[in-house]
Amino acid sequence: MSTEAHEYPLMRVEMTLNEQAASVEIEPRDLLIDVLRDRLRLKGTKRSCDVQVCGACTVLVDGMPVSSCTTLCADVHGRSVTTIEGLAAGGKLDPVQRAFIAHGALQCGFCTPGMILAVKSLLAQHPDPSDETIRHYLRGNICRCTGYVKIIEAIQDLARNPSRYASETK
Amino acid sequence: MRPARFELHRPTSLREALALKAEHGDAAAFHAGGTELLVALKARVLQYDHLIDIKQIPELRSIRAKDDGTLVIGALSTHHAIANDPLVRKLLPGYAELSEQVANIRVRVAGTIGGVLCFAEPHADAPTLLCALDARLRLAGADGERIVASREFHLGEFTTARRDDELLVSIEVPPQLSGSRAAYRCFGQTERPAVGVAAVWSPAGSQRLSLWAGAISGVPTRLAQAEAAASRLPQAVSADEVWQRLEPAVTADASQLEAHDDLHGGAEYKRHLVTVLAQRAIEACLK
Repeated sequence: MSTEAHEYPLMRVEMTLNEQAASVEIEPRDLLIDVLRDRLRLKGTKRSCDVQVCGACTVLVDGMPVSSCTTLCADVHGRSVTTIEGLAAGGKLDPVQRAFIAHGALQCGFCTPGMILAVKSLLAQHPDPSDETIRHYLRGNICRCTGYVKIIEAIQDLARNPSRYASETK
Repeated sequence: MRPARFELHRPTSLREALALKAEHGDAAAFHAGGTELLVALKARVLQYDHLIDIKQIPELRSIRAKDDGTLVIGALSTHHAIANDPLVRKLLPGYAELSEQVANIRVRVAGTIGGVLCFAEPHADAPTLLCALDARLRLAGADGERIVASREFHLGEFTTARRDDELLVSIEVPPQLSGSRAAYRCFGQTERPAVGVAAVWSPAGSQRLSLWAGAISGVPTRLAQAEAAASRLPQAVSADEVWQRLEPAVTADASQLEAHDDLHGGAEYKRHLVTVLAQRAIEACLK
């Protein structure tokens, strides 16, 4: 347990953040969500449950979804992090974002950044996911508005008709 | 909330990790996926001056089969890695299936099997099946390594046979009898199981059934009367008949399990779940 008068050195974390090199000096105890939101001013990542249940804080680390609320920033050293801001780099929306808009797959929008990043990862691993695969993969991303039906429809439509949502630049 | 301040160490070998633990003693904890530890540190339920991140130790990560067919799963293997590993899917499809059902995708990507075992939160999935499979746990300490049976590893809620200065290196699942099947079924209304039941069914051999219930009590518990009833079944019993013959014994086992009313459900409800889930697990083995 804790002892007194101990020194806690700062650490430097180097990562690829939204396809750009990023370097930040942190305390070892700093959580990824706080560094993203408060140090790097990327406010698209949302804090909600704070215990890895709701999915609002989802970001991608090396392409896989993680809860940034319960990830040490130190643990992404040398890795690639994608936040919702990284999807619309250059002002062009990602196909997942376009599909969500077209299908009305959001209402208040609070779960949407995490949901969209989880869908990016889902489609990278399962390009033509079944209804069951979608439901299973997104089980940990909670939406209290939509009832999920339109989210699932958006994903299925995007998977089956990708050209409908192709970005101009991607 | 952020955890209290700590210093983070990143050893790259088992020896270095154990030396750091020996140096800092009670002020240090091992850190892997963080799915259990970070939640506790954030809530300030636990506090350490030193975290020893073991994720840079490659030997803790591999999944391989020994020549005798023993499956060796490195303690750092995530649920996601186990669920998708070709060897696990081939040798223990029931364990791969369990791993794919743990919590949610983010927990499966970060959380490790070693963390689940060592943190010993009773509402977990894998420990129950690993007990049914009679898995062995390899622990490394300053004095060398030792093997502890999974069935003797869990001592109580958040308490295991691992000494504080030891590190879980790997989980070793002995080769399964030809034709044997393993299945795990659970239910809960949170992301953690209220009850989970694991069955290992062998068509031949002296022990037909290994049946364990988890999450309901502080540690995974053998359903001994059901196992005994299974060993008395005639060799050529039909799948339909199996459950009919075992149900009274499973119900008797369930009625004797330690259970409490809590947010996962009432004690009687959870005992009822044991019977329901045992039937599902056994029938999944017989399919």
